[in-house]
Amino acid sequence: MTDGPPVAVLDYGIGNLRSAQKALQRMGANAALTADRDRIDEAAGIVLPGVGAFGRCLAALDASGLTDTAREAAVDAAAGGRPFLGICVGMQMLFDGSDESSGSQGLGVIEGRVRRITGGVKCPQMQWNRLDITDGEALLAGLPEGAWMYFVHGYAAEIGPATVATCEYGTPLCAAVRRGNLWGVQFHPEKSGRTGLKVLGNFVKSLPGGS
Amino acid sequence: MRTVRVIPCLDVDGGRVVKGVNFVDLRDAGDPVELARRYDDEGADELVFLDITASSDSRETTIDMVRHTAEEVFIPFTVGGGIRSVEDARAILRAGADKVSVNTAAVERPGLIGELAAEFGEQCVVVAVDGRRNGETDSGFEVFIHGGRTPTGLDAVGWATMADQMGAGEILLTSMDSDGTRDGFDIPMLLAVGRAVGVPLIASGGVGNLDHLVAGAVDGLADAVLAASIFHFGEHTIAAAKAHMAAAGVAVRPAGS
Repeated sequence: MTDGPPVAVLDYGIGNLRSAQKALQRMGANAALTADRDRIDEAAGIVLPGVGAFGRCLAALDASGLTDTAREAAVDAAAGGRPFLGICVGMQMLFDGSDESSGSQGLGVIEGRVRRITGGVKCPQMQWNRLDITDGEALLAGLPEGAWMYFVHGYAAEIGPATVATCEYGTPLCAAVRRGNLWGVQFHPEKSGRTGLKVLGNFVKSLPGGS
Repeated sequence: MRTVRVIPCLDVDGGRVVKGVNFVDLRDAGDPVELARRYDDEGADELVFLDITASSDSRETTIDMVRHTAEEVFIPFTVGGGIRSVEDARAILRAGADKVSVNTAAVERPGLIGELAAEFGEQCVVVAVDGRRNGETDSGFEVFIHGGRTPTGLDAVGWATMADQMGAGEILLTSMDSDGTRDGFDIPMLLAVGRAVGVPLIASGGVGNLDHLVAGAVDGLADAVLAASIFHFGEHTIAAAKAHMAAAGVAVRPAGS
């Protein structure tokens, strides 16, 4: 454990959350996997990971009693409050909904829908790809031109006003979004080697007590 | 843009890397964490650990290895070998692996693929198919299980297609004819399976030089190329492999990026 800023990685029982925690720890955060309301309240930053199907992630979030907590934290971050980072499906859940699970409603903090990847390419995109960054501040600061990140997804958010980075896969896909201190990344920074760690380091640095 | 992944494969037994890994400058060539870190530094895009441990009571050792690897290595890694149930997979994934690979257990009980996909998402599920040439099957390639020892009578293209439909996120296709020969991938088998499945295809078995990696991507249309000995014996670095592929026109993530 480090003395760095406390980061709550929301633990709602899906897939591999441990890598996100370990990567944040590596970058100096006191990161914990937790579903505990008090620990989440006390955290300086919130990370919402997610793998698998959109609807299943939302159902799991619900079953853990974390849907309202996550939505409120994301809304607060978007208004300039405590930083919040959604990763992969954790980013997609910030949107209104997804074609993957039409019966499930997203958290609705960022407007737009998540759509199936088309364009004559293999789906899912499961590979490293380069970012085309349109807003290289804060979370995406200091990345090399065309930074390589690891993507695994069959669906992608619509490109909209909140989009701050894209990647080219058949067509341009939304790779990162920002609203205030609310961030979402479609790629896996915790699995993108040192370039990905840089992104998580930027997140930790943006927190009170992060250096 | 489609970029082809380069994946070193490590055999582990009781939490230790086995089968002649031979980096002269490693303190402990059997330490999976040290090797994984080395490959990460060299620019590997992913890693595959194949657990060849025979006894089931060493599962804990494997899980420990996964946990330590996940603490040190920040690229995706897959663990295969001995995963027979959702609970087996959960233990591996919770310890920090990104994907699990299933082979014999999926052939014996195909429902496992769907169970894993429903529980963890298709992106977590690699179905490993060991194929061997056999003119009596529809495609000319037959599925073998138990590490390539047992013929199944199943057609490799048919089985891969079924695995895709049942929820596989990737197919890891190993040619038992090519494996160990260093004569290159079985390109016709790659093409036959690659044409039939919609998910990414990892080519495996037979790599003896860097041109073989290019052939897998260009002639075999594989989305990823897996190799063991050419990397382990220090003949070629991952960086050299990627530079060679890039020079041949294959899009790869450059080493050091």
